[in-house]
Amino acid sequence: MPLPRQEVDATTPKYLRDKYAIVGVGETTYTRGSGMTTRALGTWAVRNAILDAGLKASDIDGMLDYSGGDSTSATFIAGDLGCRLNFYMDVVGGGSSTEALVGIAIGIIEAGLCKTVAIFRSMNGFSQVRIGGTGARSAAPVAGDMLHNRAYGWQSAGQSFAPTFMRHMYDYGTTPEQVAHVKMFHSRHASNNPKAYYKKRFTVEDVINSRFICKPLHLLDCCVETDNATCVIVTTAERAKDMKQPLVQIRGVVGRCSKPRLDMHYQHGPISTVAGHYAKDILWPNAGVGPEDVDITGSYDAFTFTTMLQLEDYGFCKKGEGGNYVSDGTITLGGKRPNNTSGGHLCEGYTHGMNMVIENTRQLRHDADDSCLMGSNGKRQHTFDYKEGGCRQVKDVEVSANLGWANPATASSMVMRKGW
Amino acid sequence: MATIDGDYMGMGLRIDDLDVENVAYFQHCAAHDFHLQACNECSRLRYPPTTACPWCMSRESTWKKVEGKGAVHSYTEVHHAIQPAFRGKTPYMVLLVDLDTQKGEPTKDEALRVIGNLCTSDGQLAPPDMVKSVGVGTRVRMVFSDVSAGIALPQWTIDETAQQPAKPWRYAQE
Repeated sequence: MPLPRQEVDATTPKYLRDKYAIVGVGETTYTRGSGMTTRALGTWAVRNAILDAGLKASDIDGMLDYSGGDSTSATFIAGDLGCRLNFYMDVVGGGSSTEALVGIAIGIIEAGLCKTVAIFRSMNGFSQVRIGGTGARSAAPVAGDMLHNRAYGWQSAGQSFAPTFMRHMYDYGTTPEQVAHVKMFHSRHASNNPKAYYKKRFTVEDVINSRFICKPLHLLDCCVETDNATCVIVTTAERAKDMKQPLVQIRGVVGRCSKPRLDMHYQHGPISTVAGHYAKDILWPNAGVGPEDVDITGSYDAFTFTTMLQLEDYGFCKKGEGGNYVSDGTITLGGKRPNNTSGGHLCEGYTHGMNMVIENTRQLRHDADDSCLMGSNGKRQHTFDYKEGGCRQVKDVEVSANLGWANPATASSMVMRKGW
Repeated sequence: MATIDGDYMGMGLRIDDLDVENVAYFQHCAAHDFHLQACNECSRLRYPPTTACPWCMSRESTWKKVEGKGAVHSYTEVHHAIQPAFRGKTPYMVLLVDLDTQKGEPTKDEALRVIGNLCTSDGQLAPPDMVKSVGVGTRVRMVFSDVSAGIALPQWTIDETAQQPAKPWRYAQE
């Protein structure tokens, strides 16, 4: 829904609302087998984001990135591109880092440490460090805190999160078919995304009939593993107004908000409640909107279940009704509030959350990069016909919410709006 | 004290000598004697081992014997093993078990939720028909998988002496 146009009210504690913007987005191709280093991938994505913003390398004076021993530091990406930095930091982490780093970018710009920050994630999640935990990592000796998980064959993301997913089914009667709709809808979105690694449309039956990985997860409940890099550029809305792209403003951010007992979150229940339950109390008041005001969501789909759990705990439906919410058509293109219109991690590619922020930025520019024809003004002429291979731009979209996930106990999120 | 190394189904387990909390935990397990840290100030038990009390921040604790009995709170049944040690052992079950001790304390949503695989009474990973009989609510008792001197893993088996639910809740699709 449209938000009021008003000058920033710097007299309230919420004065950062709308003060910052995403001004550039960049991606590499989404592949399995990039044939290049994470350094080359990172350089490619950051360059694309700089060009997208209409900026030069010398305009980027801040750089942030996240990884888990599987990427290349900002020092090399900035060096390769010729950016002289006033602030940079490499952060440890995977999912839920994107929104958190946008928050840090706002903080360091606000504090006067730098002016324009590029945030990137670069990974060979298929051909080098497998995100599913297979390969060399699966055979590593088990020590320290891992003695209480990996020693039990309880290691991968799917294995670790499964008790949360299973208990949600037990507590609320959520069915496998309801949750499988997430894959069906996201695959439809991906079929309208020329960049998506998997463009094939899947049915609920395809998901249920795919082999078990670990109950309740079938193969098609799980995201893809891909090689890619992604980047977003953050600066003030004031500076953004003179830049190349339509303005996309940041309303509010939550960074790595957690459940109690992060060391072993299952000690605190209900285990079918996730960190979004806590994050929502920061996100909505700071953004000055509620779930009912949001037109599109980007609820992290490492698994079909993670999309459902977050939408539920952020209040897009009543607690326990997530199964119904994700299966009644609300979250599909043409529905009331589409989720992950690019196909997300389940179909487009796995980037630990950043591609969903990129997608929502493009949606808010009303410039989704689908197959619609270019007009003489250089902008795609969106048809809003969501048939296979067709349009994926959401009509009249004004407000988005990205809901990042690291694990059941850690959430980050961000509300953005179409600028004015 | 030296670093403790063990081999469990071909998988290396290592407890560093500086990691005194885990050394003590697994040494008790090696004696088939389950102990948890009890806080010296608020007396609450905690799991897994930590370096301070999550409720009162005290750094002082005493190892206390705890009864290894409880009920399955949630689980997963792994059909596609990630680690080489578990390939050829599928399907195996990972159980999240609410101990009877301290259940619902200090708040109703809290419990000592202890991880373990479903095992036979001698600590071997359970065969497929046993896996199919266990779900949320199943009463279990602790057994141990011996690894090497100074390490055994606490595990779970069906408690034959307990009154079991008529039908434990299981994920519908087998």
